[in-house]
Amino acid sequence: MKQSLASRLGLYFSVIVLVSPAILVFLWMLSLSLKNEADNTAFPPVFIPNPPTLANFIDVFERNDFVEYTINSVIVSFGATIAALLVGVPAGYGIAKAKAGGSAALILVARITPGLSYLVPLFLLFQWLNLTGTLLPILITHLVITVPIVVYVMIGFFEGLPGELEEAALVDGATIWQAFRTVALPLARPGIVVATILSFIFSWNNFIFGVVLAGRHTRTLPVAVYNVLTFEQISWGPLAAAALLVTAPVLILTLLMQKEIVAGLTAGGVKGG
Amino acid sequence: MSAHVATIAPAKPATAHQRRRNYARRYRLFIVPAGIVVAAVIVFPWLFTLFMSVQDFHVGGAMTFVGLANYTRMLSDERFLWAILHTLYFTVLAVIFPTILGVIAAVCFNQRFPLRGLARTIFILPMMATPVAVALVWTMMFHPQLGVLNYLLTSIGLPPSTWVYDSATVIPTLVMVETWQWTPLIMLIVLGGLASLPQDPYEAAALDGASAWQCFIKITLPLVWPFIMVALVLRAVDALKAFDTIFVISGGGPGTSSETLNLYLYQEAFAYYDIGYASAIVVVFFVLILLVTLLLMSRRAKAAAA
Repeated sequence: MKQSLASRLGLYFSVIVLVSPAILVFLWMLSLSLKNEADNTAFPPVFIPNPPTLANFIDVFERNDFVEYTINSVIVSFGATIAALLVGVPAGYGIAKAKAGGSAALILVARITPGLSYLVPLFLLFQWLNLTGTLLPILITHLVITVPIVVYVMIGFFEGLPGELEEAALVDGATIWQAFRTVALPLARPGIVVATILSFIFSWNNFIFGVVLAGRHTRTLPVAVYNVLTFEQISWGPLAAAALLVTAPVLILTLLMQKEIVAGLTAGGVKGG
Repeated sequence: MSAHVATIAPAKPATAHQRRRNYARRYRLFIVPAGIVVAAVIVFPWLFTLFMSVQDFHVGGAMTFVGLANYTRMLSDERFLWAILHTLYFTVLAVIFPTILGVIAAVCFNQRFPLRGLARTIFILPMMATPVAVALVWTMMFHPQLGVLNYLLTSIGLPPSTWVYDSATVIPTLVMVETWQWTPLIMLIVLGGLASLPQDPYEAAALDGASAWQCFIKITLPLVWPFIMVALVLRAVDALKAFDTIFVISGGGPGTSSETLNLYLYQEAFAYYDIGYASAIVVVFFVLILLVTLLLMSRRAKAAAA
């Protein structure tokens, strides 16, 4: 189809209008984080930092246990993702092969349940088990997010794989476990990559579980940036710098792996929490 | 030992059907580990919540069975009833705007243009970014005196807004953030639908001299409708459950004017530690989400049948 110049220009204009709010909020975040406090509270606002300063970032690290919170976040997100992969990838395979629709429906019901409804019982359980004050409760609750994502993405992926290769392996005398490990698993690597990225990102971003369960030394980054920084320092520069540091890994991952992320989100419409 | 027995026993020829059934059952073993995890962190909380919803229990106190008292209490709890209204108001707006914009965006991103991949990636950044982090930036932008948004409004001749600092504007403002954040998910799902459309109807329509707008209304929209409905159901569920951005930006305020069910639930459970009542609210909240989902899905089924 040949398009007129007018409709081309209309398309470019629409795309710019649609994309601008997305990019401008992040640019404003960057701008706030690179300006000193006088410029941040100036009116009319100063848009371009002149000169840009890293003082806010230094401030975030000097005045907070930011490294500790980062380590907490890394442990929780990696732990919850790895655990979800260990149980979720075989489960996705089993559900796809056994056509166990009921299990898939359970995952969907989990998708519509509000995150807080898991928290009340688990919060009490962890209190009774005397686990509060460690990272374990947070990691366990993050399984509520990561396991459904991994299972859901993997069901879709394994259903899309042709079964002939595994059947050939079974005919040759392999057990179903061997067929899974040596035939299906290597073929499913792209699906595992998608499941890993999405599960990691939604675990990293999660706020609601940490805000209830985290103590002073078990805060994850989103909880820390809300709890500590908003109450202990109201200045905008360090707050924007901390917010940027929290979300930067996710933004970079999205830019680098956009193809996998788009594929996973389009297929499942997954979202954690 | 058993291997030895197996070698003497005559091999029984299994029918293809039996073998498939047998395999299906053996594949269920793959599901067991995930099943245990799901039972512990997902199914156990569901059952526990149901049990707790008929108890009177505060953290640290004694537990007594109270029947449906927690449920009847909701009927006279004005704060709860307002929370339901806020939730529905927020949800209706937070479904309509992202859906319309998401469909428009999907149609745009379905065309070919330079830097399309990069533009699409930037467009989905808001939904991938950490909600708390972006919520804090929005909070700074909403500042009535120093915020950049009021500067932009006044610089194009519009009056400044009160944003989240007034009970009349707080929910629409939160919807704006929600729209910014979640329009990309609608776009992606609808874009997936657009990519799967057949080309023949368009060729036929082009021969008949149909305009681009006629093609969109008569061909594209009906064909892509099932995808829009899927996106809409997911959006409605997520809007009902919205928490992070509301909690950080307005905290349910001013007063309780933007307190949705999820925020009220948080207060009851983790500020007042009224676990019994909070559990009953969870049950009602879940039923509300389920009803909305089923209602939308039945409409989707009807649309598919028509």
